[in-house]
Amino acid sequence: MTTFTRYRSPVQDGRDGFPQLLHAEWTKFRTVRGWIIGMIVAILVTAGIGVFLVAASGNVSCANESSTGSGQVRHGAAACGEPALLLGPGGEPVTDSFYFVRQPLAGNGSITVRVTSLTDPLPSANGSRQEGDSQPGLVSWSKAGIIIKQDLMQGSAYAAMMVTAGNGVRMQWNYTGDRPGLSGAVAAASPRWLRLTRDGDTITGYDSADGAHWTQVGAVQLAGLPSAVQAGLFATSPQFIEMSTSFGSGTISHSNTEATAVFDHVSRSGAWPASTWTGGAEGTAPGGAAPGGYHQAGGQFTVTGSGDIAPAIPGPGNSGVGHQPIGFFLAGTVAGLIAVLVVATMFMTAEYRRGLIRTTLAVSPRRGRVLAAKAIVIGAAAFVTGLAAAACTVIVATEMAHVHGYSMFPVPWPTELRLIAGTAALVAVAAAFTLAVGTMVRRSAAAVMTAIVTIVVPFFLAFTAAVPAFAGEWLLRITPAAAFALQQSTPQYPQVQASYTPGLGDGFFPLAPWAGFAVLCGWAALALAAAACLLRRRDA
Amino acid sequence: MSPAPSGSERSHRAWAETLHAEWTKLRTLASTGWLMAGAVALTVTVSAAAVAAAAVAPGLDPAKLSLTGIQAGQAVVAILAVLAISNEYSTGMIRVTLAAMPRRHTLLAAKAALVGGLALAAGAVAVLASVLAGRLILPGRGFTLANGYQLLSLGNGPDLRAACGSVLYLALIALLSLGVATAVRDSAVATGTVLALLYLFPIVAAVVSNQHWQRHLEQIGPMTAGLYIQATVGVRALPLTPWQGLGVLALWAAGALILGGLVLRFRDA
Repeated sequence: MTTFTRYRSPVQDGRDGFPQLLHAEWTKFRTVRGWIIGMIVAILVTAGIGVFLVAASGNVSCANESSTGSGQVRHGAAACGEPALLLGPGGEPVTDSFYFVRQPLAGNGSITVRVTSLTDPLPSANGSRQEGDSQPGLVSWSKAGIIIKQDLMQGSAYAAMMVTAGNGVRMQWNYTGDRPGLSGAVAAASPRWLRLTRDGDTITGYDSADGAHWTQVGAVQLAGLPSAVQAGLFATSPQFIEMSTSFGSGTISHSNTEATAVFDHVSRSGAWPASTWTGGAEGTAPGGAAPGGYHQAGGQFTVTGSGDIAPAIPGPGNSGVGHQPIGFFLAGTVAGLIAVLVVATMFMTAEYRRGLIRTTLAVSPRRGRVLAAKAIVIGAAAFVTGLAAAACTVIVATEMAHVHGYSMFPVPWPTELRLIAGTAALVAVAAAFTLAVGTMVRRSAAAVMTAIVTIVVPFFLAFTAAVPAFAGEWLLRITPAAAFALQQSTPQYPQVQASYTPGLGDGFFPLAPWAGFAVLCGWAALALAAAACLLRRRDA
Repeated sequence: MSPAPSGSERSHRAWAETLHAEWTKLRTLASTGWLMAGAVALTVTVSAAAVAAAAVAPGLDPAKLSLTGIQAGQAVVAILAVLAISNEYSTGMIRVTLAAMPRRHTLLAAKAALVGGLALAAGAVAVLASVLAGRLILPGRGFTLANGYQLLSLGNGPDLRAACGSVLYLALIALLSLGVATAVRDSAVATGTVLALLYLFPIVAAVVSNQHWQRHLEQIGPMTAGLYIQATVGVRALPLTPWQGLGVLALWAAGALILGGLVLRFRDA
């Protein structure tokens, strides 16, 4: 009799949990030298382009200003020689120029006026618009009213009640604050009464249609307001920006505008030591605009001014021209992203090309879990790559700008953090999306092309103004490229007229940062679901 | 007994046979037809969408606008060219090919001729359809004689240059892609490299604030320089003349093909 002992391998059974699957996929990823090199290339290219952009920004030359590529007029005449950045009380860049008819206010008090008219014809030198031409919304944010301002330094704290050409009565303070009051345009038949009351640090704004019934629009604290402040009437009108884009080039034309407002029933109460009004243009009016002036006849004041009291907007067509925020220096993300997308594609398509997919699926027959593990591994690797790329770029670019004496358009640190984390998230989800595409089409070249055509090309078309601005904005709403909104550095202010396009280097996106990211996530989820479905249905 | 063929005759026959063999390979791949159709479809769709969204504005170039789709469609043409060589490497076919045709430069030349020819064919269809779309749609968007715009017409010198130049542009993009793919061999890496080369220059040029650098980036970028050929308005303000721009792209394509040829010659398949 022979007894058989069944052979048992001394090796313990491997477990087939999800962590093991993740570990296996991670091992596959990290042991392919080319993929690791690809990720390092992504970091280097992104940071390298950032460095190049800072180096190229450091010395804006005036000589080439007029002869620009593709017929582009990128800067107004005022842009030559980089105007210094003016910072507001919150540390944000601002523009602060207007015509001010003022008196000191030494302590608490209030000022009340009636506004009977606000007109904003272009100066007659520019023949494109005539006086009385009522094209709506042209300079709908030209404004006039009353203001209490810390001092005559540009960028100092203020609060103002104003009528605007197209946006009714507003209370605005410290450049970024804006609250609506009475709606409708001002006219002799429908005048607007405005009042500002100062009590210590608090300034309260009221409006009224008849001078009898008053409504409080807002009360704001201007921290550290000195006892003696400047108060009075003002008028200002931002430049009218006309922009046309076509195919990699665009034209931005600026026209100076002037607002003229008529005030009467000016009354003051409280501590007003002076008895006469002083008129003067505060700040420098934009490129060649007339400084404005005022005229007093009886109790009636006619004040004309040009400029704006508002946050500055970066971008070649806007007030913050010559100073770019840190987000611009992340433009190399596109190059890094392409490298990551190539790796993400191969992470799946290499399995098909080498036949490894059959082993993978034999070992882990639950195919959905294989895809999930792969998506997590490539997503995490891409996230780390994106994080490193963006952090390196931000740190190096900031440091280099410092060394070169180039002053960037400052952004608050939470925004900087969002730019870095957002870039990482964008790269990570784009990689997962690409992995799904690779699973669906199985072929490397087709998958890379599909990923690039859906993510990079829409961004390219909109960003370089290759398609009309309208089409570009839609591309950045519905395609996965919407996620590039995460790289927008500065907010869009509804109370500032500016060129808020993705193209021409303005760097604005139609969707809010995380909303844009959600669009990409939606695409990625859809693609992963379709990929999981196909992976289950089709033979490998 | 027929006389032995002379040297030049032999090489002539070898060329014809290589061309024929390569043509058979390309022709019998299902992907070739799909990619050509895809290139045409993408080009025409983007062009038509661009003209449909256009509004009259100073400095707007109707010819350029109606050929916008080339900027998206070129990606598909690039893939077509990349696959012509990288497929051979991914399947191992290249070893058979080189055994049958040991003259590696002849092989690359044959591939270049065929890929360039296919790009010309797809490009001609795509450009004609795009111009037609522009001709039909633009007048409805306000691009009329009253506003100073002539109807797009291939009888018009600058428009003809833009149209023919765009077809040539696509052929040069195909050659550039073939060269890059021959050098790097892997289809995914080649695709990524070519598309990064194309799209990166204009994106960086759009953000660089220094006019001097912006001009330089546009002059050396294969896509930005090559597409100067589409300009019909403000041609004098361009950093290069249209044909010089296309010449820059031709230099890129030649450089890539030479690099690919050297790698093919000196590296084992």
